[in-house]
Amino acid sequence: MSKRKKIQHVLPGFGLSMGFTVLYLCLIVLIPLSTIFFKTLSLTWNQFLELITSPRVLASFRLTFGASFVAAMVNVVFGPLVAWSLVRYRFPGKTILDALVDLPFALPTAIAGITLTTLYSGNGWFGQYLEPLGMKVAFTPLGIMIALIFIGLPFVIRTVQPVLEALEIDVEEAASSLGANRLQIFTKVIFPAIRPAVLTGFALSFARALGEYGSVVFIAGNMPMKTEISTLLIVTKLEQYDYPGATAIALIMLLASFFLLFVINILQGRINTKDIAS
Amino acid sequence: MDMETTPTLKRAYGTKSPQTSRFTEPSMVRWSIITVSTCFILAFVFAPLALVFVKAFEKGAEAYYSAVSDPDALSAIKLTLMTAAISVFANLLFGLAASWSIAKFAFKGKNLLTTLIDLPFTVSPVISWMVFVLLLGRQGWFGGWLDARDIKIIYAPAGIILSTIFVTFPFIARELIPVMQLKGNEEEQAALVLGASGWKIFFRITLPNIKWALIYGIILCNARAMGEFGAVSVVSGHIRGATNTIPLQVEILYNEYHMSAAFSVASLLTFLAVITLVIKKFAERKLQEEKTSSKILSMGENI
Repeated sequence: MSKRKKIQHVLPGFGLSMGFTVLYLCLIVLIPLSTIFFKTLSLTWNQFLELITSPRVLASFRLTFGASFVAAMVNVVFGPLVAWSLVRYRFPGKTILDALVDLPFALPTAIAGITLTTLYSGNGWFGQYLEPLGMKVAFTPLGIMIALIFIGLPFVIRTVQPVLEALEIDVEEAASSLGANRLQIFTKVIFPAIRPAVLTGFALSFARALGEYGSVVFIAGNMPMKTEISTLLIVTKLEQYDYPGATAIALIMLLASFFLLFVINILQGRINTKDIAS
Repeated sequence: MDMETTPTLKRAYGTKSPQTSRFTEPSMVRWSIITVSTCFILAFVFAPLALVFVKAFEKGAEAYYSAVSDPDALSAIKLTLMTAAISVFANLLFGLAASWSIAKFAFKGKNLLTTLIDLPFTVSPVISWMVFVLLLGRQGWFGGWLDARDIKIIYAPAGIILSTIFVTFPFIARELIPVMQLKGNEEEQAALVLGASGWKIFFRITLPNIKWALIYGIILCNARAMGEFGAVSVVSGHIRGATNTIPLQVEILYNEYHMSAAFSVASLLTFLAVITLVIKKFAERKLQEEKTSSKILSMGENI
């Protein structure tokens, strides 16, 4: 104890700022979140299992995790492509394109929801061409994926972009002078460098998609067993005062996002150590 | 998103032109990549943005004006502004305190604290509402106590404000912490030696140093606070004109098939989103300049 005291704080205000930080964190985040765990603890293990394995809940998990995964995959394909064009090429309208990427962060989710639904419904700008082709988007799982692609879109782009910018051109020059062609340079030099960033972007957009509510409820149609996502099921159960049912689903969702947060932290560490090494 | 960009490339190749080196792809490959990524962004981001404004003015400027000046819309705007003001202020105080303690001092458990601050980012907005129901609702921990004193929180503006504070909790803190860490303690220590008081150091030295990060955090926090839907959608109990925010008003109008009115009200927040992006870009650039300069300074010291 006395040894640790040797690290004297030079600047004032540690007690005040630290005290306020911890108090506020407890009041706003930790105590409210702990209610989920305590509420679930009041259930027996069998009750809990029964709640989360009921067909309707399982169907919502399958849909939520499945659609989130597909949406994150789509972003993993297109995200690095967009980041690459923004970093490496010059073309008209680039600045605007770059600014547009952040829109899903800033646009309220409910507005994204009604807009996407209007775009993809039978008489919408996109829907009128897609529906004759047999692609019904609004009020189907496909629509849910579209909404989740929208809200997850900036994550992959914005995690890959700075890493691409930081890549030293010397390495590529060296590879080229050693006789590597463009494709080899990409697969052997560039891709390994951006891989942790791509994975982080994937995890971020997957995590965001799992908890999404506003943009999805409008386009989903919300049919139980078919197009009902887990967050909507939580709301439905709460409105029916089925608190145990709602908290059981919430606990599963929360554990999933804690796991993703853990993975993201590890990946982020990997990106940072690479930065320091270079 | 907030990872640092190494400025070397930009300096070496000029800020305006990205690498125009001979190590690039054949022009056909290049233009296909540009076309695909442009189309992806146009279809997924630009089309929704354009649709909001097209639908909002579909029935002319007069219909637009009457939709946004409807008494229900006005009271929604009022509640939204109040909610955003309180949430931003509360999280601003927290952000300043958290970044001061994390960036300026060494202590055990710093990593844990930083992770806990990020926690609300990974929690679904719906869950953030649910936890306050479990805590303060009629059947919640403090429900009976509040009920006995006739204090209404859930299904009242206070509930909306609480869940909004929760979902916007990390925004300002996480912008301030890295910048304050980067700036180091030297200037503050110098002021201390010269006899400045703690608050004077904070207001005269620390605050000006983190100005752009602060503005950046505040506008992000504000945009999210004004646009939050999931966390407040059920809190309000949908009592029109009483506890509706703008997103909730949009939902009601949309569900009642008042499409152009819904998009008119929605266009207010969409406009705010666009403004937010513009300020964000500007603040980001300033932040980048500051980071670059302080990095060069600290590099000199390390050697």
